[in-house]
Amino acid sequence: MSNAPTVSSLADLLAVAYQIEADAVERYDLLAGQMETHNNPELTAVFRDLARAEGIHRDEIQRLAGDIDVIAHARRMAKWAHGESPEEADLGAAHYMMTPWHALELALAAEKRALAFFKSVVETATDPHITKMAEEFVEEETDHVNLVYRLMNKYLLPPHSWSEDLDPPIPQD
Amino acid sequence: MSSVDERLACKPADYKSDIKPIWCPGCGDYHVLMSFTRAFAELGLPPERIVVVSGIGCSSRIPAYTNCYGFHGVHGRSLALGAGLKVTRPDLTVVVASGDGDGYSIGGNHFLHACRRNIDMTYVVMDNHIYGMTKGQPSPTTEPEFDTALSPGGTGLRPFHPLAVALASGANFVARCFSGEPNETASILVEAIRHPGFSFVEILSPCVTFRPDEREWKNLVHRAPVAATSDPARAARRIMTDDGFNLGILYRGDRKPYQPAVGHTSIDLSELEKDFEL
Repeated sequence: MSNAPTVSSLADLLAVAYQIEADAVERYDLLAGQMETHNNPELTAVFRDLARAEGIHRDEIQRLAGDIDVIAHARRMAKWAHGESPEEADLGAAHYMMTPWHALELALAAEKRALAFFKSVVETATDPHITKMAEEFVEEETDHVNLVYRLMNKYLLPPHSWSEDLDPPIPQD
Repeated sequence: MSSVDERLACKPADYKSDIKPIWCPGCGDYHVLMSFTRAFAELGLPPERIVVVSGIGCSSRIPAYTNCYGFHGVHGRSLALGAGLKVTRPDLTVVVASGDGDGYSIGGNHFLHACRRNIDMTYVVMDNHIYGMTKGQPSPTTEPEFDTALSPGGTGLRPFHPLAVALASGANFVARCFSGEPNETASILVEAIRHPGFSFVEILSPCVTFRPDEREWKNLVHRAPVAATSDPARAARRIMTDDGFNLGILYRGDRKPYQPAVGHTSIDLSELEKDFEL
């Protein structure tokens, strides 16, 4: 992926993987806060759950890294260019009338971006240790994508009119 | 940097306050806040060495959401406050935040003279082409064909061109960013803050409530195909001929910042009060 930080060691890969999950936690927490402010408790709960799930992944990666200080290492690495890290759900897509299905749609897009990133590492890495670890992340992200698909099936596809507000914000004189 | 220093260095989250933003979901200003905190962390500035000054409007809520010193001033006067602060406390990093209504209409005259004066501070305008907080009135950057109950048939007015005005008035650094690219915006803010003199950064920041069409901006923005120039004539040509969605640093000047000598006065308050005695 041309916008990704360069991964040239196992520590780089673990640091990027850690940061991807940490960014996702921060983003879902922010979205949960927005929904809480706008009195949408159902979506607040969905975003909180997503943040919790990403937090578990983040902590697992930190454990996996052992003696490598992934937090410090991630700070030293280049940032994602032209956008954000893969699992940061699109803040600009948030809407005050969005539904849990939309939240999961955002999560699905984020998981797919993460999957594409780890696949690109598998395809380009020359160090077999990096390839092996990236393959594990690919497997994990594939599971996440499938999980989000399953969760989406629990909710009805919102109608086309989902954003229609019967009392819309109108320009005021 | 040693690992101990890294531990002590502030992370972007350290620049956020505990106050939860009340912007609408989807608002570009969330991203701008993120860019601020990422830029401050990148600069390694302690929060207490930064002051975020603002006027009035949705965007002007931003000081409350940072953990730096802040001043939520009166409408259109953020630059006057920022300038006063910077000349008396040049040791502080002053970032002034505004919106297109606050900055280009109510505070329009301050904008001209802040550019001209070239005090070493950074002016960030979150431009959404609308007055959002007061519910959807056309602003100085609103397109002439913007047709609502408040502007039937469109405003018919030529939009204000902030970048051209900034350049013509003497701003020493002129850039345009898009809120949806917080990492790029943060990088440009870092450069703007480091650049001596008055730095002007316009951030296209969609108002998804009163301008839902601005959700499309993410598909319209594009990176400036050439590097920043220090030639104001070339910069003017670029700025006047671009499509309004050209992102990047468009001008980087080398004018010396204005910093008046501010001495300590020996007059105490009681002496000043005598002048106001009736």
